[in-house]
Amino acid sequence: MTDTRPGRLPASGHRPGRPGPFFARDRGHHPPALWPDYKTSVARSPRQPLLSFENTLSEITGPLFSLRDLGPQDNDLLSNFATEGQPIGERMLLHGQVLDQNARPVPGVLIEIWQANAAGRYRHVNDGYRAPLDPAFGGCGRTVTDSEGRYFFRSIKPGAYPWPNATDSWRPAHVHFSIFGSGFAQRLITQAYFEGDPLIDRCPIAGSIPDPAARNMLVARLDMENSVPFDMLAWRFDIVLRGRRSTCFENRPEGN
Amino acid sequence: MRIPPNAPPNTPPVLKETPSQTAGPYVHIGLRPSVAGFAGYTWEPDHQIANPADKSRRIRISGTVFDGTGAPVKDALIEAWQADANGHYPHPEDGRPVMPGFRGFGRAAADLESGEWHFDTIRPGPVPGPGGTLQAPHVSLWIVARGINIGLHTRLYFPEDAALHATDPLLAIIPDPRRRETLIATREKDGEGVTYRFDIHIQGEYETVFLDI
Ligand SMILES: [Fe+2]
Repeated sequence: MTDTRPGRLPASGHRPGRPGPFFARDRGHHPPALWPDYKTSVARSPRQPLLSFENTLSEITGPLFSLRDLGPQDNDLLSNFATEGQPIGERMLLHGQVLDQNARPVPGVLIEIWQANAAGRYRHVNDGYRAPLDPAFGGCGRTVTDSEGRYFFRSIKPGAYPWPNATDSWRPAHVHFSIFGSGFAQRLITQAYFEGDPLIDRCPIAGSIPDPAARNMLVARLDMENSVPFDMLAWRFDIVLRGRRSTCFENRPEGN
Repeated sequence: MRIPPNAPPNTPPVLKETPSQTAGPYVHIGLRPSVAGFAGYTWEPDHQIANPADKSRRIRISGTVFDGTGAPVKDALIEAWQADANGHYPHPEDGRPVMPGFRGFGRAAADLESGEWHFDTIRPGPVPGPGGTLQAPHVSLWIVARGINIGLHTRLYFPEDAALHATDPLLAIIPDPRRRETLIATREKDGEGVTYRFDIHIQGEYETVFLDI
């Protein structure tokens, strides 16, 4: 090992003039680890309090991705699986903007999505639902946000599906989203629902978010302004990642 | 809506973060598509955090995530982020040079039959900590699965670094030595490289320390 140079970075790894640590996660705004209505969470929830630790380089940094890492069709679920044929279902443009908590657009964000097909069936060895697979649909896509934090996918609207939880539990139509910011502490996985779906309010997973306003952030809106006439409807799903505090200016010259 | 650049440091956030939801049982389709049988991507993150040509420097980290009943979590997905052998991160916020080709990120799916997962990497170096301290070498981990409503952050430390552990700023704030032990991997075998075992217990007697960072 050569040249660890720990002294070259000030204090907690924050450099003067750079943003400070991330805003603390508002845990009351997220689902609690233990939500008994979602039965699997009972044995898969920590019972000890989380240990709070201030951000260091390990939390502020994280893997970075660019469009060069991806293929040109990776964000097109209509065409990225089969070499011929098109998936059955309601074609959709799913798009939005990634902002941070300071309302600044976040470019360079890797977004990965996965979803069921129009019949509510996943292409996965553990999905035994009787609805059919679609030979033209894989169900995964990914992209990187542009300079204004924007992203889009072309896909089909997923179907609702039953799952083993209570006696007759159904998941509302949803798309799973995985989102990277610039720091590992921002790592987030969530699900986007669709405006107007009556199953959202009956779903114990959506319901694990206690605050209705917070839950509402997960509902993609029908966006007629961006629909493609005679082709597909658009759904808009904006995402907010943790933001950084302003840095302390103790080390900076006056006048900044 | 935007915060002016000279805003005081205690300016509150303007927006709420998008709430988390469970990754669910089919997380592989999106995050490890080759495991789910999707061949459409030319590249995807995998269990190779670093793959040195020099095999003697290779280490493997393997483990299983256990639930509160002691059963393996067979649909878990684990992400890893670490510095290079000099303790440098490949990120502009660090800015120091990193070893050529070092990405520092890996993503492992638990085996759907056994629940076992592993990463191949190199030993990270120590990383600067708060107040001029030095953090002992560690790998940051993030765990998601069906039933986990918000991803779990933790850290893996290496058993050989006991002297550095004594002054590590994170380990220092865990008063109970038994809980501190949950963050220290065990050296399992030597051969062509070394294997460390790091089992993660979501709850129960051996519950791993999870972080709010
Ligand atoms: Fe799902």
